[in-house]
Amino acid sequence: MSSTESNPIRDAIAEAISEHEIILFMKGTPEAPACGFSARTVAALQASGAPFAAVDVLPDARIRQELSALSNWPTIPQLFVKGELVGGCDIVTEMYETGELSQVLGVSAEATPAEEPLESPQPAGQGLSIENRLG
Amino acid sequence: MPTAEEIKQRIEAAIPGARAEVEDYTGGGDHFRARVIAAAFTGRSRIEQHRLVYEVFGAEIGGPIHALSLRTETPAESASPTTASPREAVHPTYAASEEDAEPAASAQQTPSR
Repeated sequence: MSSTESNPIRDAIAEAISEHEIILFMKGTPEAPACGFSARTVAALQASGAPFAAVDVLPDARIRQELSALSNWPTIPQLFVKGELVGGCDIVTEMYETGELSQVLGVSAEATPAEEPLESPQPAGQGLSIENRLG
Repeated sequence: MPTAEEIKQRIEAAIPGARAEVEDYTGGGDHFRARVIAAAFTGRSRIEQHRLVYEVFGAEIGGPIHALSLRTETPAESASPTTASPREAVHPTYAASEEDAEPAASAQQTPSR
């Protein structure tokens, strides 16, 4: 947001954040997380039962750069809900443990056991669409 | 390569009144876990609390410091037993490994702040 020049990657990221109520930027995919912190964050989200979109930042280092520049947050993963950065692994894990996560995600706490594994067809697609816009 | 003690001292020096406990949890000098208690956190969201700590290290997060896992507390919270919840309720499918919280790659620039 501080940059005035056109920045398609950052625009694509901002668009993805605004279009998805719950979106996780992570290393790897929910099915195959490529880092322990991303894995833990996915586990907390899945346990909460809320569907979420996911973007893999690994295919292009610029995604991570632009995301961190946009969010003012240095590490991956990053969870956004309704356009706002909620936090990374530590915060999401902590919120899961206190029950706050369900509230923030808009799922009634405990009421939705996450027995349906979210195989996230549309989340994966979102990651690709960002990747595709890299030109 | 920073030590846990250096990380602790830098946090405590940069955030007035902060107390930090820092652990090098892999022993490799690049993955740290810190618990930080500071009055400066009072009235700030957790995001802002963590940013305060990350800002101490700037681009070193993702550089020499691959991962800095944080737990922040206000003095009031640290005195309350209810916030001392167990940390391990969500188990990673595997242990945290190399390059975990590395951000903007080694590419051209550091994540802007």
